Amino acid sequence: MKVLVWAEHDNAALKDATLSAVTAGGQLGEVTLLVAGAACAAVADAGAKVAGVSAVLLADDAVYGAGLAENVAPLVAGIMGEFDAFVAPATTTGKNIAPRVAALLDVMQISDILTVEGPKSFTRPIYAGNAIATVESSDAKLVITARATGFAKAAREGGSASVSPVSGSGDAGLSSFVSAQVAVSERPELTSAKVVVSGGRALKDAQTFADTLYPLADRLNAAVGASRAAVDAGFVPNDYQVGQTGKIVAPEVYIAVGISGAIQHLAGMKDSKTIIAINKDPDAPIMQVADLALTADLFTAVPELVSKLA
Amino acid sequence: MKVLVGVKRVIDYNVRPRVKADGSGVDLANVKMSMNPFDEIAVEEAVRLKEKGVASEIVVVSVGPAKAVDTLRTALAMGADRGILVQTDEPVEPLAVAKLFHAIAQEEAPGLVILGKQAIDDDSNQTGQMLAALWGRGQGTFASAVAIEGDAVTVTREVDGGLETLKLSLPAVVTTDLRLNEPRFASLPNIMKARSKPVATKAPADFGVDITPRLKTLSVAEPAPRKAGVKVESVDALVEKLKELGVA
Ligand SMILES: Cc1cc2nc3c(=O)[nH]c(=O)nc-3n(C[C@H](O)[C@H](O)[C@H](O)COP(=O)(O)OP(=O)(O)OC[C@H]3O[C@@H](n4cnc5c(N)ncnc54)[C@H](O)[C@@H]3O)c2cc1C
Repeated sequence: MKVLVWAEHDNAALKDATLSAVTAGGQLGEVTLLVAGAACAAVADAGAKVAGVSAVLLADDAVYGAGLAENVAPLVAGIMGEFDAFVAPATTTGKNIAPRVAALLDVMQISDILTVEGPKSFTRPIYAGNAIATVESSDAKLVITARATGFAKAAREGGSASVSPVSGSGDAGLSSFVSAQVAVSERPELTSAKVVVSGGRALKDAQTFADTLYPLADRLNAAVGASRAAVDAGFVPNDYQVGQTGKIVAPEVYIAVGISGAIQHLAGMKDSKTIIAINKDPDAPIMQVADLALTADLFTAVPELVSKLA
Repeated sequence: MKVLVGVKRVIDYNVRPRVKADGSGVDLANVKMSMNPFDEIAVEEAVRLKEKGVASEIVVVSVGPAKAVDTLRTALAMGADRGILVQTDEPVEPLAVAKLFHAIAQEEAPGLVILGKQAIDDDSNQTGQMLAALWGRGQGTFASAVAIEGDAVTVTREVDGGLETLKLSLPAVVTTDLRLNEPRFASLPNIMKARSKPVATKAPADFGVDITPRLKTLSVAEPAPRKAGVKVESVDALVEKLKELGVA
């Protein structure tokens, strides 16, 4: 099977999410990586070195710079004439583009796969991960998004693919990029961090959230996440949300502080290796799924923890 | 400008789904069903556009069983003007739903289509993008702000890195994220009024759309359970554990 994998990048660096998609694609067949962007040759060079990538296609054009789905999807659909499957990481970029590609190809997409069970069959979570469905496609081609926590990252070194240029139909004239508000943080990235410290509604406000949790995250070199309630209340930006409709994380250690553990939140973190919960309510659902549950007021427990980790 | 909104009848978000013993799916018998929460946000956004004088008419569409008319009535009670039920008892995949919406969009010629970013049952997150592709229009997915200016819509999107703002020419498709608005509760008088608003019932065949599923569900299983955890009695014990785990 010939597999086209979408490279996620910011025109400068290849993102980790790509590496999991390469692994997923590799379980189906031979992987060609598509790098679409503007002035992104460095990304193609990085992609060529990834273990398991046998070829790189580079669509380097200003119209692909912002990753607009209206421009990128026809490019992918055009290239798909020579491929049997398209695999994108289940990031907001992949989720935006892949269904548009699928519709252009008249294919029913398989979203968020966890495993490859056979050439046309996959498992995927449904109902906030409360059920795992095994589905089989009857379409001639496959369009898939792969959940990063389901597939190990391919090694960034070891490959030696060649890079060839490819072009599409250009600007669809439907959309334009206006601006981006990208959060810059010194902390590890939420979806790839070894340790995640997450806070919920109990953290009161943005200042209290920061004053309470950031020292703990700093001690543990952790990424910071949050429940929907904490994001809705403006304690932290939207990209901190962990859950069914936010980010999916599976770190070595996930520390949930003042989070009740609604199914929508659990959906985003219950594959973490070790779950630690700090909550004053011993009956909160999070305390039932936690490997280590500390019943305590977070405003005394967390500062004490920080001082004892010093 | 006419606004078309999609609403899906799904398991209520407060209900914990249970897998059927025979592994054929999730048990929905005698389970509370509600409007998909993202679709409530879509209806709310349309109603606000109407209140601002931007939208002239709101048409809500649901694809599903006869009972989905309740979901349409909820949307009408929130402020939508009329409903279309595309009635079927068969499972309908996002691609087929997108084709039905495409057919309706061609008939109704809306200036804007607003859908939820995902339904909380199958969690596919596809229909809006697929509709935009079939219709040949722009897509503003995962929206946290929507502003109509002349013949364009500016959409702020919740993305993994933060926020991104795009400008799309109208007509366009927008899919909602959680922070777009807080949906209202329908008042009792509005619920009464909604009963007399028109709802047309159609079949997928009326639109010439083949809804035969492309995916076959081979089995549905419970996720692997986590092994039971332990209570830690003190912060000191937690510090010990973190050291054992090699992260402190
Ligand atoms: C369509 C939809 C999608 C959703 N998607 C997501 C999602 O992706 N992610 C997500 O997280 N949620 C999501 N939700 C929301 C989810 O249902 C819950 O409302 C939310 O997760 C609750 O957040 P919380 O745990 O912070 O708040 P709460 O449920 O209010 O819990 C607060 C917890 O803090 C504890 N507490 C309070 N004070 C203290 C203290 N001093 N010390 C210690 N503990 C304390 C309480 O005991 C309680 O357990 C979604 C909901 C819907 C409808």
